[in-house]
Amino acid sequence: MQSNLHHRFSTIAVIVLLALLAVFPPAASALDQEFYIGVASRLMIFAIAATSLNLVIGFGGMVSLGHAAFFGTGAYTVGILMQHGIVSAWLSWPAAIAVSALLAAVIGLISLRTRGMYFIMITLAFAQMVYYLFISLRAYGGDDGLSLPARSTIGLDLASDSAFYYVVLALLSVSVLMVYRLVNSRFGRVVQAIRENETRMEAIGYPVFRYKLVCFIAGGAMAGLAGALIANQNMLVSPNLIHWTQSGTLMVMVILGGVGYLAGGVLGAVAMLLLEEILSGYTIHWQLGLGLILLAVVMLLPNGLASLFHRRRRADVSREDAK
Amino acid sequence: MDITLLIEHSLNGLQFGLMLFLLAAGLTLVFGIMDLINLAHGSLYMAGAYFAATFNALTGSFWIGMLLAVAATALLGAVLELGVMRRLYGRDHLSQVLATFALIFIFNEGARMLWGAQPLTLNAPPQLAQPVELMPDFFYSSYRLFIIGAGIAVAALLYLVVVKTRIGMMVRAGASNREMAIAMGVNIKLVFTLLFAFGAALCALAGSLLGPILAVQVGMGESILILAFVVVVIGGIGSVRGALVGALLVGIVDTLSRTLLPVTLRLLMPSDIASTLGPALASILIYVLMAAVLFYKPQGLFPARG
Repeated sequence: MQSNLHHRFSTIAVIVLLALLAVFPPAASALDQEFYIGVASRLMIFAIAATSLNLVIGFGGMVSLGHAAFFGTGAYTVGILMQHGIVSAWLSWPAAIAVSALLAAVIGLISLRTRGMYFIMITLAFAQMVYYLFISLRAYGGDDGLSLPARSTIGLDLASDSAFYYVVLALLSVSVLMVYRLVNSRFGRVVQAIRENETRMEAIGYPVFRYKLVCFIAGGAMAGLAGALIANQNMLVSPNLIHWTQSGTLMVMVILGGVGYLAGGVLGAVAMLLLEEILSGYTIHWQLGLGLILLAVVMLLPNGLASLFHRRRRADVSREDAK
Repeated sequence: MDITLLIEHSLNGLQFGLMLFLLAAGLTLVFGIMDLINLAHGSLYMAGAYFAATFNALTGSFWIGMLLAVAATALLGAVLELGVMRRLYGRDHLSQVLATFALIFIFNEGARMLWGAQPLTLNAPPQLAQPVELMPDFFYSSYRLFIIGAGIAVAALLYLVVVKTRIGMMVRAGASNREMAIAMGVNIKLVFTLLFAFGAALCALAGSLLGPILAVQVGMGESILILAFVVVVIGGIGSVRGALVGALLVGIVDTLSRTLLPVTLRLLMPSDIASTLGPALASILIYVLMAAVLFYKPQGLFPARG
């Protein structure tokens, strides 16, 4: 039997999925359904964000309710740079990643001193501070947010939805690949071991705090990338991206998809947003349906959607940490 | 600085803090004893406010409406505990977050379907419509004074119940060591259902008291939920005394900083910068307060578990 710490993708499933995603834009255009190319880009952007949070919660065992701070900060970095004339994606997207990583470093340094519920609340507190900070920046739109005149320039014509779709697809693939490499590396094993038993790892002599901090920063940086993309997708950056309900939604996506499963973030984001999209097409009371479905998932699939594809029982993550 | 203004805002802060206490007391007990993160606590507050507005309109009396709303919400809480929450006790915290987040969706949409998207109005009882003169030339809303009195009365009642009665003893035993309490023969299932219903009743009381001051609308629960969690964490999870201290701290700091900070900043810097910075700083202040408390006391001010 394989180790519980080894996380794999099925090669066939990945190839089939990538092939399907690659032919999606031409297929949608052929059927006159170009609208759905934008929807798909949005799904993939949230898949990046949820994957980054899954790295922090599922593998690092740090239940953060402030992840939207990094997501929104990435978006604001792109928006603010664009307002000052820096439109190149080659500059502004790495800048978004760097600024979010820096913010994650600062927040992590203070928050990681606490545990469990107190960690949840202190990350939330910092995210709320960032939220109100951006509301007070009237030069950058304040409450209303900042609208972008155009998408970032990258050498391709990103104004076309399908070109942007392929850029997002490429970045999603790279992000998931990086998380895959990370969790299966020595670093990933140490982080998961800390999640399982922090005291023991500390006793063995690992610098537990430093490992957790690096994991937290990696998650924040990836969320910054997702933020840079959502700014380009929406052509609008607003404080709503940082509101605590956004952090909550990202967390719900991760739990729905499967905490500590490689595909958990992607599955959760896609399932949640698709449900919203489909249910809201049928009835204005779609939230009722969404709530009932989420409740059913909690009751019937305790480990999330990804557990459908894995027979092996995942080591129980969250209860220990949440104490 | 005008001294009457200061008194007025301190009273407002006290009033807000006491209402936060009603919410936080239920939340902290449910959390401390049942080990349940209940994000839907704010929805019970919303339900209480809607019930109060409806029964008020039906009976024509604020007082009867409030009593009926408290009873109805307590019943709703008991049903919720028996139907959903009971299945969540053994689960990890993340599952509880997902399940109660789902309940928020269900409650919000349910309220929108039953009462429509427009906010309802709930009027203060006519006996309390006139302001009273507390000091020469200092008038204060008699309704807000009544809320302060009611809040203090409930806090005192809660203290007596928790500290002096048998059921309170069971609750405290459950908060400090649940397994031991079960082993000593406490009927923990019954205690859980009663406690949850009681927490819901406190929510409804806060909802119907605050209804005339704030608008009764969908989403009113979420904005106050976070503040209630801040209170619980500052006070220490499971501690009613901590919830009281935390609620008063948060209520007064929040209200005073909202009103005093812009005024103070205007003295220090150009008014256009001050008017932008003031509200943002005021909103941030309670989170800074919480981060600072957790920095020095990682278990909150009054940890319930030794």
